[in-house]
Amino acid sequence: MRVQFKLNHKEVSFNVHPGESLFEVLRREGNYEVKGSNCRDGSCGACTVLLDGVPVPSCTILIGRVEGREVETVESLGDMENLHPLERAFLENGAVQCGYCIPGILLVAKALLDRNPNPSREEIEEELSGNICRCTGYVQQIEAIERAAELLREERK
Amino acid sequence: MKKYRVVGQEVEKVDGRALVTGQPVFTDDFSLPGMLYGKILRSPYAHALIKEINASEAEKLKGVEAVFTYKNVPRKAYTTAGQGYPEPSPYDSFIFDKKVRFVGDRVAAVFAKSLSIAEEALSLIKVEYEELPAILDPEDALKDGAPVIHDEPEIQGAHYPSRNIVSHVDLEIGNVDQALRDSDFVVEGIWETQYAQHCPMEAHIAIAYLDERGKLVIRSSTQVPFHARRILSFLLGIPISKIRVIKPRIGGGFGAKQEVLIEDLVALATLKTKRPARLELTREEEFVSSRTMHPMKVKVHLGADKEGMLKAIDMDILSNTGAYGTHGPTVFFNAGSKTLPLYNKAENVRFTGNVVYTNLPVAGAYRGYGATEGYFALECAIDELARKMEIDPLILRQKNHIRSGETSPIFKKLGEGREGVPQTVESCGLEECIEKGRELFEWDKKRSLPREVAPGIYRGYGMAIMMQGSAIPLVDMASATIKMNEDGSFLLLVGATDLGTGSDTILAQIACEEIGIPVKNITVYSSDTDFTPFDKGAYASSTTYLSGEAVRKAARKVKEQILEVAHILLGASGDLVIEDSLVKEVGTGKTLTLEEIGLRSFYMADQRQIQATASHVSEVSPPPFAAHFVEVEVDTRTGKITPILYVAAVDCGVAVNPQLTRGQIIGSIVNGLGFALSEGLVFNTRGMPLNPNFLDYKVLSSLDIPEIEVILVETHEPSGPFGAKSVAEICINGPLPAVANAVYDALGIQLKKAPFTAESVLRLLGKI
Repeated sequence: MRVQFKLNHKEVSFNVHPGESLFEVLRREGNYEVKGSNCRDGSCGACTVLLDGVPVPSCTILIGRVEGREVETVESLGDMENLHPLERAFLENGAVQCGYCIPGILLVAKALLDRNPNPSREEIEEELSGNICRCTGYVQQIEAIERAAELLREERK
Repeated sequence: MKKYRVVGQEVEKVDGRALVTGQPVFTDDFSLPGMLYGKILRSPYAHALIKEINASEAEKLKGVEAVFTYKNVPRKAYTTAGQGYPEPSPYDSFIFDKKVRFVGDRVAAVFAKSLSIAEEALSLIKVEYEELPAILDPEDALKDGAPVIHDEPEIQGAHYPSRNIVSHVDLEIGNVDQALRDSDFVVEGIWETQYAQHCPMEAHIAIAYLDERGKLVIRSSTQVPFHARRILSFLLGIPISKIRVIKPRIGGGFGAKQEVLIEDLVALATLKTKRPARLELTREEEFVSSRTMHPMKVKVHLGADKEGMLKAIDMDILSNTGAYGTHGPTVFFNAGSKTLPLYNKAENVRFTGNVVYTNLPVAGAYRGYGATEGYFALECAIDELARKMEIDPLILRQKNHIRSGETSPIFKKLGEGREGVPQTVESCGLEECIEKGRELFEWDKKRSLPREVAPGIYRGYGMAIMMQGSAIPLVDMASATIKMNEDGSFLLLVGATDLGTGSDTILAQIACEEIGIPVKNITVYSSDTDFTPFDKGAYASSTTYLSGEAVRKAARKVKEQILEVAHILLGASGDLVIEDSLVKEVGTGKTLTLEEIGLRSFYMADQRQIQATASHVSEVSPPPFAAHFVEVEVDTRTGKITPILYVAAVDCGVAVNPQLTRGQIIGSIVNGLGFALSEGLVFNTRGMPLNPNFLDYKVLSSLDIPEIEVILVETHEPSGPFGAKSVAEICINGPLPAVANAVYDALGIQLKKAPFTAESVLRLLGKI
């Protein structure tokens, strides 16, 4: 079957098998920015994407559910030369070690800051709790999200 | 202390931009036309003989390109441990064997055009097993008449295979029994650790292909590319010159990838079919069939005099290495060698024990490498001794810990599965770690507070001190190459294996400090066995200390070459320095850019490639030190332990990049808190793990962590690059004893078996 949706603000259309997950389709089509821990049950959060702005583990989304909707991966944030404030804050705060969980965590953080530009530490901890990071112990990531919130608020002024 | 320009700065992680923008940098972000997908058939039995295996139906399935069983692969005993040669681990593994030794052991592998075809093919392989009695408790392994797990004639390097013993030690310094009898205070106990798994976010994955020369190229998520190449060459009988191992970015390893676990299978598939082949472990396989921490029972017996001076330490260990002995002897030795020297005032020290095979998952290298298990017991015993003596456990530690200028006979007696290397501790900031941690944590004030803070809710305050090592002395070697381009930029080529720790950045900082350039002027390549010089790989807290010194030596040689050219160009007779990519003559103010030197060297006069390679082996393994303090809250109604505040004061010498250093410290503490609070594989009575997934095996999340404060206590280690020691492992050792000690402080119950579940707390409280 064919499925059509918006991927990082561009219309895309792929031939898919109805049993495939969004994760499998994205990876097969070369969207390597979506990483997967092979948990395949949404429990690690590494493959998180935004579906109509809401963070979801793409390995748990059957591809048919994406028809006509909008999917964002970390590609929709910044690029190597122009980092998104979240990406900048993650680097400046030492929030990245191996980097495997980072695309998913950045998208969770983006959705949070879109909804709430000034989240409390507890709200950030709550929001991040579906994404496992085995390297950092989360502290510098939480600090980075607080810093990014500041940067984004300054940008808006 | 000398002020550095690049070392000590929080420079941006050199691979950071690629990682935050999700660039295709990992093993799997790479696909080749015609690539085959592999799957492994796993044993459903803990211990069984394969009476018959028939793969003909699987081979006939359309899309299946190769099926491997013990019948069509070379039979050679080897170890999967990625260690220096000759490996101290026993040769007790085969690519496939007629015997399976744990639930999840390899039985066969299929490579097919798609993953779903490979999966279907697995179900077509007919296997007839003869189930054997299994050993599911390490205590049973040593009993008379126990089943023999490794009865293969080829086994080498195990202590006593017919008794299931991989390694045995019986070491005594002084007279421990006499000293214990003469002691005014003695304590004794057994502390037990669990089956914990590393849980790197990226599972083990490897992709093999043949290049245009017919060379076998393996792109692998490995901590040890050079050891992997050597082991594959031995195992498959192909020369090292025909194998190239590439390590791209790695999605975490923590020791699980100090192994050659799947590279042999993709290599076999590619050699047979001439097509690219990929194999990735599932998350369940990662939990069950990759590697785990060594579950240990550590018995500690301490004796002290009235003044609180330790007189004797007796440590006896039963270590469960699971079905294969990879890293078994060395992890066991480390449980003693990284802990006992900490209390060098005790003149009578005994270290004994056995590493045994069981029919359970295979333990291997795990960050901490045995010290974690050893410190759980030792640091809980120290607290118990302090209670018995009615003194502050902090003061007991202060009286007895090692200091700079001191040594311990253990350094020489216990090494890597054999004798070690004597050394004197040159840099030790442990006194300051204890004092600074005490102050920030408000230890004295908190220990005088009432412990019950609300009805049924108690707070407690615990601590632990610890050390680790930096690299394996007189065993492991690292090397580095630095080349200069004509624009004055540089390339740093290292075999050192950044697995997410940030070591590429650390090594760049060391090179740039020595040469006198900013980090933006250097590109780091790690690691590729064909293009980067040898390095042992990422383990044993080696990279900053050992690979860093190799980089510093190479940078010094490059700098000398640059200055040689500069002397001629400037007509200078005086001293030259390089600062911010500019060569300056001291006194005259004459300058020259590195670009001018680069252009001249390539194209104009006295032409040459400015470059150098240097190697380094260390004669010592200087320990980093740390003091950890934790405040916990325990709800006596539910049994739940909640860590509130964690303070870690750490001496890692000079922190080359304090921000990355802090990341190593916090990351290892949170992993250690997982050991204390929630992590552990649970088995049924047939040896089958019941929770091999992230829903049932609880890795801590952002909601589970306390406030964590890190204090860097800077010392200067004379043998390390710019005064640096290691930091990656040490802090994983603190949480188990610190949390157990804090819970005792809160409630007077002694948690001796990890993890400290709510159930175990309620049991000790007599509530269930």
